[in-house]
Amino acid sequence: MNNLKKTMILTTALVATGFAVSAQEVNVVSWGGAYSASQVEAYNKPFTEMTGIKVNMIDADNPASPLKAQVEAGNVTGDVFDPEVSDAMRLCDEAALVAIYPDDLPSRPNGTPAIDDFVDGALRDCAVANIVWGTVIAYDTTKFPNGLPTTAADFFDLEKFPGKRGLPKNPKRTLYLALIADGVPAAEIYEKLGSAEGVEQAFAKLDTIKNDVVWWEAGAQPPQLLADGEVSMTTVYNGRIFDAMVSEGKPFDVIWDGQYMDLDMFAIPKGSPNPEAAMEYLKFATDTQRLADQAKYISYGPARKSSAALVGLYKDGKTEMGPHMPTAPNNMTNAVLDDPEFWADHDVELSEQFNAWLAG
Amino acid sequence: MTDATASLTTADGKPLKAALAASQARAKRKALMLVAPLFLFVVITFVIPIGQMLFQSIYNPTFSDAAPALDEWFGANPQGTVPDEAAFAALAADLKLMREERTAGAAGTRINYDVAGTRSLFTAAARRADDLAPPYREAILALNEDWGDPMIWRAMRSASSAFTPDFYLAALDMTRDEAGKIVQVEERQRVYKKLFGRTLMLSGLITVLCMLLAFPIAHLLATLPLAKSNILMILVLLPFWTSLLVRSTAWIVLLQQQGVINSALVALGIIDDQGRIAMIYNQAGTIIAMTHILLPFMVLPLYSVMRTIPPSYVRAARSLGASSWTAFRRVYLPQTLPGIAAGALLVFILAVGYYITPALVGGADGQLISNLIAFHMQKSLNWSLAAALAGLLLGGILLLYWLYDRLVGIDKMKLG
Repeated sequence: MNNLKKTMILTTALVATGFAVSAQEVNVVSWGGAYSASQVEAYNKPFTEMTGIKVNMIDADNPASPLKAQVEAGNVTGDVFDPEVSDAMRLCDEAALVAIYPDDLPSRPNGTPAIDDFVDGALRDCAVANIVWGTVIAYDTTKFPNGLPTTAADFFDLEKFPGKRGLPKNPKRTLYLALIADGVPAAEIYEKLGSAEGVEQAFAKLDTIKNDVVWWEAGAQPPQLLADGEVSMTTVYNGRIFDAMVSEGKPFDVIWDGQYMDLDMFAIPKGSPNPEAAMEYLKFATDTQRLADQAKYISYGPARKSSAALVGLYKDGKTEMGPHMPTAPNNMTNAVLDDPEFWADHDVELSEQFNAWLAG
Repeated sequence: MTDATASLTTADGKPLKAALAASQARAKRKALMLVAPLFLFVVITFVIPIGQMLFQSIYNPTFSDAAPALDEWFGANPQGTVPDEAAFAALAADLKLMREERTAGAAGTRINYDVAGTRSLFTAAARRADDLAPPYREAILALNEDWGDPMIWRAMRSASSAFTPDFYLAALDMTRDEAGKIVQVEERQRVYKKLFGRTLMLSGLITVLCMLLAFPIAHLLATLPLAKSNILMILVLLPFWTSLLVRSTAWIVLLQQQGVINSALVALGIIDDQGRIAMIYNQAGTIIAMTHILLPFMVLPLYSVMRTIPPSYVRAARSLGASSWTAFRRVYLPQTLPGIAAGALLVFILAVGYYITPALVGGADGQLISNLIAFHMQKSLNWSLAAALAGLLLGGILLLYWLYDRLVGIDKMKLG
């Protein structure tokens, strides 16, 4: 209760500064689907309620694309964007984003400064993380009557676990999985991918299932592929599959072994139409209570450590969210963390090889 | 007799010649005013943006702007010069500039297009640029010995001029070696030429399929009584008016492994449950969906041409003793050629640039070159390479169009 009160005081203080600049609107560009819906519920509605500032939610396949396009064209219409961490860092290096200082962010209700409260890698020069999400393997439990798959290696075992596989059509979230399944420890993934032999090894492993893969591109596709029976196992963003499992009651389950953990960031482009309101929104949305609130609507882990304790039940009032968080200790035993530096260096090269492999 | 033309005047006494010229000029101005909005519209929304985009394929100043000192050193020293202390001093000065202007990421990204894994070299070095002191060669190599790699210096040299053919080389699966000689990229990275070839091959195949399917339909439409042919025409036009996405998705529903066709075949016992046929998310899916979507573009020009062919010609040929096949081949078919020419050109050009359908139903081996252009526009954000690929595609189409003009003749084409 005390926490809540402090949060209220804090946000009221923010509101005051928000009003002082009399901005009445802020445009937030995010990923759409259940994810945008959770942000509307947890951030936008309370923000509008407290400040009177209207929040417009805009959907994009990948918010980094319109961000880059708008900045290059000199016609920025979005105020707050929700890019992945690697894109946020690249755009920051290209001087497309406004600097964000950790000291400006709200500290914990008990006074711990923000810089000590966020998870590793969550505070960057021009962006601040809101959630931690995982790419996990999900399967249809009805398809495997003789025992369920439990590891990443099972994903590549077509004999024991027959059926098509769903994989995203990019190197970032496929090559690592092949290596994990081949027995490479999570800690050595990037070292392997940095060498020609490691990449060779990953493609060789992918070759074993190449003819049985259905490639997906948008996050909404894999739950649909599973539901249609088009695949028996697929990788999927953990929030999307949670939605299908819990909200829609589908007979799916998740393998956390070899999950790929990623951060989603909030960033503000230079030259945005409502910079003050954008900053107020960003501070509001990344405070302890707001991040914890989002977990009520989608199973993504809050990027603040202090939010974890506040994560409770799903909006249905009965599902405990803790075990569904990518950040739950049991789910992190063999997790690969996203390395934006590595991907900034190697994405182009590996994408070309990946496309050549696909077309071959 | 006086000179008749000189004395001719209008009712109000002006010379006729001048009056005619004035009224013609007025008409010309009016015509120009009517055309002006369309002309401006085309220039502003079509010519300028496409020109700008294509310009990016040969002009990329991100590195040359960020590294003026290196630019100068490269200008003074020819290709093949081993980078000396002066070169590293220029690099150090530019790294400091990059740090101030926050351009290290952009400059590194530009070099990274050429030599993978170099972007972090620039961002890391720029972060520590203020600590650099002479001798610069040792100082920079101490940061990371990769700075001595001749490939990086070669890449920096070619990037230091804003106008560059590099992106066209990359779009043709080529690169430069350490000495600056043009060579093919490693085999596992060759993808663009393969996809250009596949795009042309699939587009040609789709054009032929459309032609084979559309010919009988158009003939039926043209020869049936009007009341019946109108109903048939609606059947052709209805899908034409339906959204592209809806039609592509409908094919997914029909063709997927758990879809209508496969399930029907299983229910009929023609295939068993394990042997469901893969008809989508592959090349076959791309061909089926694109043929269907582009079919009206073939039917309509064919139909409009066939309508104008009098049936009496074929009857005359038959009455003169031609077999039905000869009458079709020698009399009917040649008269439909303008329609075939128009339809084939339309379908082929649309197919070559198709993007959304192969993206939805193409899977791994049904991708076309436009999907890679979209990849570089939206994901890798390497717009110069996207522009070079698009430029090659456009150039290829213009070349084919020219060939087509020489072989078939554009003036013979009839759209309706």
